[in-house]
Parts: sequence; structure tokens; C-alpha cells
Amino acid sequence: MDEVLAAFLAECRENLEKLDNELVLLERDPQGPHIAEALGKIFRTVHTIKGSCGWLGLNRLESVVHDGEDLLVCLREEKVAITTAIVTTLLEMFDAIREILAHISTTGSDESSKDYSSLVQALKALQSPVSLAAHQPAEPKTISAEPISAAPTVQRQQTAAESIRIDVKLLDKLMNLVGELVLTRNQMLQFTNTQEDAAFTITTQRLNLITSELQEGVMKTRMQMIGLIWNAYPRLVRDLALECGKQVSLEMDGKETELDRTMIDAIKDPLTHIVRNAIDHGLERPEERIAKGKPPMGRLTLRAYHEGGHVNISIQDDGAGIDPEKLRERALQKGLIQASDAAQMSDRALLNLIFLPGFSTAEKVTNISGRGVGMDVVKNNIEAVGGMVELISEKGKGSTFKIKIPLTLAIIPALMVISQNERFAIPQMNLLELVCLEGDDAVRSIEMIYNSPVYRLREKLLPLVYLNQVFEQGLSFADLLTHLKQQGEDARLNIVVLQADDQNFGLIVDQIHDTAEIVVKPLSKQLKNLSVYAGATILGDGKVALIIDVMGLAQRVNVISEAQRNNLQAELENRQDQDNELHNLLLFQAIGQRKMVIPLAYVARLEEFNSNKIEYAGDLSVVQYRKQILPLIHLAEVLPDSNRFSAQTEPDLEELLQVIVCVDQGRMAGIVVEKILDIVDSDDETEIQHSLKREGVIGSVILQGSVIDVLDFRGIIGRHIPSFFEDLPASQDLIAVR
Amino acid sequence: MSTRQFCTFYLDQLYLGVDVLQVQEVIRFQEMTRIPLAHRMIRGLINLRGQIVTALDLRLRLELPGETSESSFMNVIINTHDAPVSLMVDEIGDVLELGDEQFEPPPQHLNVGLKKMIKGVYKLDDDFLLILNTEKATDLENK
Repeated sequence: MDEVLAAFLAECRENLEKLDNELVLLERDPQGPHIAEALGKIFRTVHTIKGSCGWLGLNRLESVVHDGEDLLVCLREEKVAITTAIVTTLLEMFDAIREILAHISTTGSDESSKDYSSLVQALKALQSPVSLAAHQPAEPKTISAEPISAAPTVQRQQTAAESIRIDVKLLDKLMNLVGELVLTRNQMLQFTNTQEDAAFTITTQRLNLITSELQEGVMKTRMQMIGLIWNAYPRLVRDLALECGKQVSLEMDGKETELDRTMIDAIKDPLTHIVRNAIDHGLERPEERIAKGKPPMGRLTLRAYHEGGHVNISIQDDGAGIDPEKLRERALQKGLIQASDAAQMSDRALLNLIFLPGFSTAEKVTNISGRGVGMDVVKNNIEAVGGMVELISEKGKGSTFKIKIPLTLAIIPALMVISQNERFAIPQMNLLELVCLEGDDAVRSIEMIYNSPVYRLREKLLPLVYLNQVFEQGLSFADLLTHLKQQGEDARLNIVVLQADDQNFGLIVDQIHDTAEIVVKPLSKQLKNLSVYAGATILGDGKVALIIDVMGLAQRVNVISEAQRNNLQAELENRQDQDNELHNLLLFQAIGQRKMVIPLAYVARLEEFNSNKIEYAGDLSVVQYRKQILPLIHLAEVLPDSNRFSAQTEPDLEELLQVIVCVDQGRMAGIVVEKILDIVDSDDETEIQHSLKREGVIGSVILQGSVIDVLDFRGIIGRHIPSFFEDLPASQDLIAVR
Repeated sequence: MSTRQFCTFYLDQLYLGVDVLQVQEVIRFQEMTRIPLAHRMIRGLINLRGQIVTALDLRLRLELPGETSESSFMNVIINTHDAPVSLMVDEIGDVLELGDEQFEPPPQHLNVGLKKMIKGVYKLDDDFLLILNTEKATDLENK
């Protein structure tokens, strides 16, 4: 059975276990205070199962769950009251689900499992309050006690034998203990050298072997195959390709490459994002491809393999590639780079611009990608787990994203260095080379550009950073030079050449020790704000050493040439706060011909939903969106002067709705508009005239000569989905009049 | 009448206490790794059997005069919801079991730095036991 299905089964079983209890509690106290919460919990689980069914092609299971879900909706909306009959039928449904699951785990599909039509009938019947009697015959007949008690329990025992679910915390604890055991073993081994006793030596040797094996075993428990993420891609690629009118063949190589569980979680979203981007922007339409002499079918290749303690993942498409010149223009236009820099930037540096926040080359914003949030997030996410991402692209031939991430976050190879008698670990990931200069060389080869030290490494300038100076304010580079001069012939200068982003720099340390495999432990929250450290580790002698975060260090000492990166980030953050300074506005037709704008900073994505995908949760219309429930607000219904248009807002069954997905402090809501028009860059001077504030509008701006209202999306959401801003203090104040 | 147990310790002239359930253990002076660039109240990292514990200079935290000795302090390891933190104190006292009727909120005129960190005071026969608010004391962002 494949992994996805197995994971699904395990998850369903676990969830169902909890649901039984919830339902029983519910029946005992149908007027209780937690009833809504409990129903919500049950509903979500059933909903998840249903969703997964569709995805895994388990139609029979889906048909059973579907009606159960409808019944639950009725219960939640209080159309029908909770009765024993309902609870019994729901429990029967859960048993039926279990039976089907058991069937699936033996045969691999849900076909030819039992017939549940009478249960489905009962579920349907219960949805109308009057027809209580109708289901009565169904109840005793369909699922007798026999299959419930016999078949599923046997099945569960079988799975239990194959795999068990373990709390990750427990694994972490085991990992810690094994780490300690390794340290103790190392001390023990040193001790053996001074002992003559043969029996003792032999025992220690055995301890040594066992410890190594144990360490390896515990490490393995946390490993998962990258295929776990990739398995969802064939479907994703197919759907996206259809949506964009493209032909894509997907090749995957190295599915079985194993990664630590935490890494799998961390790279899931970035990978998916890159894949989506490749299809949406990278690959061309069949006709364009033919015109360029390429086969109409685009190729997307995913590759993963181990290399020296790292995992390399590449995502390659044979599409249009990225034109560095276009990036240059775009960056200049957006003011992300200076004209003087732009002329000198290499193609590689230009390509890296796409990782800047607020950068997007997509000429049109589509519902799949192109909002300019994205690649910067991808990069941040990958860097957050100690990885690197690089883009190689050739115009007309395609692009390749190369991602390099450590196998595990828990144990990394590191170089130990000494600064002021303290040991520090530098992850090998960022290490390029070591340079050691002795005697006169040490003094002579350091040159100063004004007061910034540099070293000519193979005729290229390498900015130098003196670690002691970073750590202690009093020290200066001049002190180091005087010190080196005093030592004369014995002088030694150790430079650790590091890579942060695409900038290299040299870190001067007092001494360089050996390399070691270190167990990374997180720092407590009191130290979290120190971006210079990635964590701490315990060394062989039991002392604690800090792990240097090379990116953080580079940022602290400003050696990253794209200092704009930080400025930009800050600017973007500022923009969130200052609504009066608008830069990018999304222009749309709210209702009829009425045009409005919303600051782009609040827009997460632009989507199109088919109106038949809308579901109702209470009186809210919602759609399922990226595994979340996205509440929708129809502007046509909520704007005050919209009454005269209301006649035409009755949705046709197959209408495509244009939705602006707004995000605010992690919460999303969709605003349904008539039509999304354009993104307008406004002048810096453009200000919201708050004097024109009225319901649904925070004010107006003058754009391209005409006055356009700015949508008060917070106000609207706050009114229609009051819970949206719950526990967000004073959210109104943030956007309303200053 | 309900009672609670407190692990007590001395710092400067103060007799302080922490609920026994919050205390993981008490250990003597441990070798510490200094953390360059860290807040000055953070004195270093301790290896506690494979667990990395951040050592806080409680004297500085409570804005008390004097300096914590470099080598003769005691570590009261307390569990916070994040990770264990060591409070550096002068000396360890007994575990006391005290009744709620002896408790009072901190007097208004206490030293401001201290008052913020104190949950309240237990009136003992010949002394006062100040109960430390460990959440506040270990949260350096909350000044």
C-alpha cells in the first residue's frame, strides 16, 4: 500500500477514536455549553476525511461521509435537534467508516466493500426534522454489532504491529539521551587508554559499538522520505497545467531520499511554491513552445539526492527561463537597486533579485502566482532551517532552482573556532575555505579601504570581519594589527571564508580547531533575539559552545551587499503600518462600474472561484481554500449603496467569482468583487483623504486624475465576520483615521 | 486551610521563595559558557546533563545592589514553559510549607524593580518570604 494511503488510514483511525467520545458526550448533555465546539470538532474531522477521500479516489467512503457531513451541518445550524437516533446513526457511520478503512488496508481500495446505501438513506432522512421515523428500519439492520466488534478490532491490531505513532517530544528526548550517551562513551574511551585491564577494554569496545548503533537507530526514527511531499505533485501539476492551458510532464528522481521530519515540514511549502511558479510562469503554452522549436509538452524535473551530509533538491523546467535584463529594468523601476549598481550586476546577481521581497516579474497577476510575495518567503523558509536556495536560468532554455538543506536539524557538521578563549561552532554548510597567513604575510595582506579591512583572495576582494570585535565593542581592527606586528614571525592570522547569501566574507578568529558533528540545541527565549547564534551545543568535554548563525552574523556586520534586502524588509513592514503612505494599490470594480482600491499590502492573493464551490457555514459563505476555510464577503451585498445592484448579484450556478484574498495578521478572508482590474503604483504623495470616510470606505485617493474610494476591508470584515479580529487589539485603530 | 510549599533562597538581604512545583532542581556553581552580545542579565549557558540551561543574574534582574560572585553562587533551576532557566542566588534555604492566611500582596512602597517581580509576601514569625513571579523574572522583554 502506498505511503499516502497508509498515512491517511492511520490519521482517520486516530481521529475517529476521539470522535466517538465527543459524540457520546454530546448525547449525554445535548444542551451543554460545549456543544457547538464539539459539533465543530466532529464536523471538521468528517470534513477532512471527505476531502481526503476525493483526493485519494475513495468514492464509496466519500458517499458515506458526504451525507454524514450534511447531517452535521444541519446539526450545527440547529435545523434539527440532537436525538439519540441521530447520535446512533452517526456512530454507525463512524463504524462504517472504520469498516471501509479496514477493507482499504487489506485490499488497497474501497471498492467491493459492503453496501451502505441504507445507512446513507438514514443519514439523509435525519436531515429533515420531521422524518425521524423514516430511518428507524435502517438503523438496526445495516450495521449489526458483529462486524463492528470483530472485523475492525482485528484489523487495528494488525496495523499496530507494523507501526506506531510516537510523540515527537519523546523522540527528541531519546535523541538527547543518546547524545549524552555518546559523550559519556567518548570520555570512557579516553579513560580506557590509561587502563591495562583487558576485560575492561573489551567491555568498553562493546559499549562503543552499541552506542554507535543506537545513535544511528534513533536518528533513523526521525527520517522520512521526500516522496512524502512529492506524492501530491502529479495531481497538483496536472490540475495547474489544465488551469493554465499548458502541457507538462513531471519527472521525479530520488523520491526515496530521506530527510529529517522537521526538514520535510519546513521545505514542503517552499517546494510547492516553486513548482507552482514553474508551471505558471516558467513553462510556455504549447503553441509558443512549438514556435520556439521545442516539444509542446513542457518538462518539469524534480531531483533529490544526498551529498556529504546535505540533501540537494533541484526543480528544473525547460520553459522560457528568466531574462536578466528584464529583472534589471524591473528592479530599477521599483527602486530596489541603484542605477550605478545595476550596470555592474552580474547575471547571477540579477537572478537573485527575484528573492527580494516585493519583487515580481509576472506582467500579469494571476490567481496562481505573481503577487510578489513568494520567492522571498521561499528563501526565508529555506534559510530558516539552515538551507540555501539558488536560481540558475538561461533565457529560452529554462530555469533550475537548486535547494541545499542539511539532512537534519538535529546533528550538523561544524567547524570549531576559538575567539577569546571561548569555543564557537560554525556550520559547515556556510564554510567555503580556510586561509591561514603567517608571519609578515599576516600583516601585509590585510588592506584597508577607508576603515574596512579586506583581503585579496585570488584577486577578488574579500571583506574581513574580526570576530572578537563583533563580540566585544572595545576591540578594534587596529588592535589586531598591532598584536600581529608584535608577534612578528610567529604571527598567525586565521581567516574562515564564509558564504552568506551570494556574498562571501572572511571571518578572522583567534584559532581554528577541528571539525565535529554537533547536536544542535535551541536557545531559550531570552536569547532568541540574538540572530548571531543559531543555537548551542554540548561539546565532548561537557562544556556548552554557541553555534554561529552565519547569515545573522553577516547581517549584523553589514557585509551582505544587498543591504537593501534589510531596508526593503523594513520598508515593507512600515508600509503595513502606515496606510496613509500608499505605494501599490489594487484597483477593482466593486459593484457595477464603481471602482475602488485596496492597499496591496493587505492582499495575499487573487483567486477565481467557481460559484458552485461556495459552501455555507452558518450564514457565512465560505470556500475551501488551501486546506483552510476561507470566509467570503460579497461586496455587492455589503456596500451600503449597493441595493440597486442586488438584483443581479444572485449568483448563477456556474459563475466565476473574482476574489481578493486579504490577509491580516495571519487570518484570511476573501472579498468577492465584480472584476479585478489592475495594480497601480501611486505617487509617494498620494494620501488617503479621510474626510471622505463613510461606511465601507476609509477615504479616497486621487489616482490617475480621478477620485477613487479606498475599501475599508477591516471595517467590512469586522462587521460581517466579527470573530475575524477577535483578540487582535485595537485593530480598528490601525487603519481608521489617525 | 490550604497550604503551599516553597523552595526558599537568599539573595542580598532578601529571603525569596518559588513554588516548589516550579523548581526542577538546585545545583551548586557550574561552569558556564559566556554569551557575547547577550543581555547583561544573562550570565551564560550551563550544561545540565545534556539540557542547556540559561543562567540569569537574579540580582541584576531585581535591581539589587552588589555583584553576584563569580564562583560561589547557587543555581535554582526553574521550569518555564519554554526551557529551564537557572536563577543565580547567594544561598539556598529550607523548603517551607505555608498557609494562605499568611499571604499578602506586595506593599506599595517596595523598590519598583523588585515590586514588579514579586507576587506577594508571606509573613513569617521573624522574617518575610517574598514570592518571586518567575514568569516575569524570566521574561527579559518585559522590562
